[in-house]
Amino acid sequence: METFPKTKDLQTYYLSNYTKNRMKYSFLKYTVLAVLLVSCSQDNDVVLSPATITLEFSHTWNGEVVTEADFNNLTYSNENGELLSIERLRYLISEITATAQDGTVISLGAYNLVDVTTGTGLLYELPQTLNPGTYTLSCMFGFSANNNIDGAYPDLNTASWNVPMGLGGGYHFMQLDGKFLDATSTATNYNYHTIRAVDAADPNNLVFQETAFEIPLGTLTIADDQLVVVEMNIAAWFKSPHTWNLNEQHSMLMPNFDAQVRMAENGQDVFSYIVAME
Amino acid sequence: MKKLSVFFGILFCYTSCTTKEEEGYTPVPYVLEIPALFQEKLIAPIIPSNNPLTVAGVALGKKLFFETLLSGDNTQSCASCHNPSQSFAENQPFSEGIDGIFGPRNAMPLFNLAWNFNEQLMWDGRELSIERQAIQPVINPIEMHSNWDEVLVKLAATTAYPSLFEHAFGDTSITQERVTKAIAQFERTLVSGNSKFDRHLLGTATLTTQELNGFNIFMDETKGDCFHCHGSNNNPLWTDNGFHNNGLDAVATDLGLGAISGDPADNAKFKTPSLRNLTFTAPYMHDGRFTTLEAVVNHYSEGLQNSPTIDSLMKKVAQGGVQLTPQEKADLVAFLRTLSDPDFTNNPAFQNR
Repeated sequence: METFPKTKDLQTYYLSNYTKNRMKYSFLKYTVLAVLLVSCSQDNDVVLSPATITLEFSHTWNGEVVTEADFNNLTYSNENGELLSIERLRYLISEITATAQDGTVISLGAYNLVDVTTGTGLLYELPQTLNPGTYTLSCMFGFSANNNIDGAYPDLNTASWNVPMGLGGGYHFMQLDGKFLDATSTATNYNYHTIRAVDAADPNNLVFQETAFEIPLGTLTIADDQLVVVEMNIAAWFKSPHTWNLNEQHSMLMPNFDAQVRMAENGQDVFSYIVAME
Repeated sequence: MKKLSVFFGILFCYTSCTTKEEEGYTPVPYVLEIPALFQEKLIAPIIPSNNPLTVAGVALGKKLFFETLLSGDNTQSCASCHNPSQSFAENQPFSEGIDGIFGPRNAMPLFNLAWNFNEQLMWDGRELSIERQAIQPVINPIEMHSNWDEVLVKLAATTAYPSLFEHAFGDTSITQERVTKAIAQFERTLVSGNSKFDRHLLGTATLTTQELNGFNIFMDETKGDCFHCHGSNNNPLWTDNGFHNNGLDAVATDLGLGAISGDPADNAKFKTPSLRNLTFTAPYMHDGRFTTLEAVVNHYSEGLQNSPTIDSLMKKVAQGGVQLTPQEKADLVAFLRTLSDPDFTNNPAFQNR
């Protein structure tokens, strides 16, 4: 197993879950493999089959695991010292790609909507398999401009994930909603929604800035099915380089060009990953 | 000997479990007419594999939907509280059962149920399929106040129903499961997708300036901000099929979803109703407290009540709401009326004829 900077508790958590989830599958797989090996004992050729890559999305608040069960409580303290809750967390990743050592780029999956609120999209088995080899994996947070096509994805439309045409259309990248205690200690709603940054001062001449960004998922030598855990540290959205002050900016951020740019900059160190062999 | 018994047991099961199709019963599939916008914008509707739509099943379901034998005193049918001309809702806050007792919630309109993807039905999400939902009104003591044994006996005693069940399900047996399956089939055919706004999106109708202004207010996060819960031009269901506390009460007496889930965080959350056909479905909200669309818009503009579970999308609750001007309110109402579909409420296929 290749590991990257994580807390010991998190690694234990992931590997424990991973072990539980895969044990039955592994038993069946190795039983079948054993039968195949015995029955093919006269054949000395070993042909490795294409591997399936699965992304598992997990979430923490500065190392503490966050699931839907932790929602709706004012228990998280952000970098600015504001106490907040999470009531809804959905986000989109797209353009999951593998780059081979010769530079060939292979598309593994188009997009996946992760909804922590309903527990859907947390495990994404990529539709495209990979032949054994060494690859650099990556995905995008949100949609790049080429793929951010208004109304083009029925499942995302059905999930009411759209962005109004007045802001250029397309889709949200993230909806992080909840409450925070404001300067008067009043529980106040916040909507940390990220989209492609747009200056809509002139409705006839919208000015965009790309705010989708790449999430590196490491360089892997693939010989068998592979699980990659993608972790979002939710606290990081409020931390660096911009200490987010919810008292100043807690809602109506979609049409706020500067806010969108700053949120995207804060997002750069939100994601990390763990690679586990299957 | 034991192995022989198992063999004959399996053989018996196999021969006795042949399907109706194998016996020569061939139901004619019902082709659900899906509006062009739905085909383009939405994922496919949910049709359960154990209850596919058939021509005979839908016809039986329609007859049962209007059947008063389902009630204890043979006076009420599903349509008594779900009137086709009112988009299968009812124009009073609460529905009156056969004993003159009124229920606690407003009858929800019925349409586009096959696109209710989370399959949580009712204002509080208590029913997890249309088939299961159809069981309860019959036995609810403040609604039809009957029991299924009596209903099945009454239906079997008619001249029409045994043969209708035979056409729909392959034999004359009348069961609660078949009754609710047939009603669910009919309800899945209640598709509404031909409003003025639908036609506007298809390029066959033109909105007025006021209606377009209203749409822009609907879609503007700094104005109405309705689209986060109520769909958009890209989600023609005009609902997220989710559950929200939209700030009706500071202290809720009806816990809604919270009473079903047992989670205090769900208290006062109710299903987001579709905005289609609002012209026909007054009064509004789960308790029918608002008699006009203007009153609904006033609520979101300056009438929000704060509470611990108010939805985080109700961002201006401290100011009472989104603070629309009178003109903006009028424009928004004008747009909302374009989502109504008279072809649906007048559709002959949905009337008791």
